[in-house]
Amino acid sequence: MSVSVRIPPVLRAHVGGVKVVQMSGATLGEVLSALVVAHADLREQIFESDGALRRWVNVYVDGADARHLAGLETPTPAGIEVVILPAMAGGSR
Amino acid sequence: MTTPLAARPSSVQLTAAIAAAIRAHARAESPREACGIIIGTAEAASGGVALRWEPTRNSLGSPTLYEIDATELLRISLAADDADEAIWGIVHSHVASKAEPSSTDVLVAGYPDALYLIVSLARGHAAPDSAPGIRAWWILDGEAHEVALEIS
Repeated sequence: MSVSVRIPPVLRAHVGGVKVVQMSGATLGEVLSALVVAHADLREQIFESDGALRRWVNVYVDGADARHLAGLETPTPAGIEVVILPAMAGGSR
Repeated sequence: MTTPLAARPSSVQLTAAIAAAIRAHARAESPREACGIIIGTAEAASGGVALRWEPTRNSLGSPTLYEIDATELLRISLAADDADEAIWGIVHSHVASKAEPSSTDVLVAGYPDALYLIVSLARGHAAPDSAPGIRAWWILDGEAHEVALEIS
């Protein structure tokens, strides 16, 4: 099952400059794990050290925030698009 | 690739219209922190020119924290990328403190080639014309470096 993972410009250097990579996996967790095996520099951008999705990254499955779906357990049927975007966040505190 | 600090512009330009819109958004959202994105011809670090301001929702709705709404971030980011434009700047307000990055701002910053702009609504940190002061920063490798901001 091939899933398109769209890589934003800010992370593209970690995947050789390409905009979209094809990965396999039945769930978002499997897709992202395959991605960081293929492109190790992305691991710390996507995962906490305990394997959870990093707080300051947004991952979208078919346009929806994965946190509002089933997180890393979200199914990723063939042909679906995953998008990764670092969060834009912070604050005065 | 991230542009090295030494190769970046020593000053950056923002139009008066965009600066006014940023200040208006900050005032309208107060007492919550306001946030938004400036799209440019390229990233500010590589000499891009600011094209337009996109105010966004602060999904944390907090006086001391912001996070650009995930759905708006997706829409704005993909549209810019598809149009061969770039995230030029990332803007947020500090409601009661100066326009300098906090430790949270530095820790979370994930766009090293974008300019981080902070607008302060605090008394004593206004621009010479008494409008809310705006300051600009590079945040990379865990450090913030101020950049001269010219509004004209």
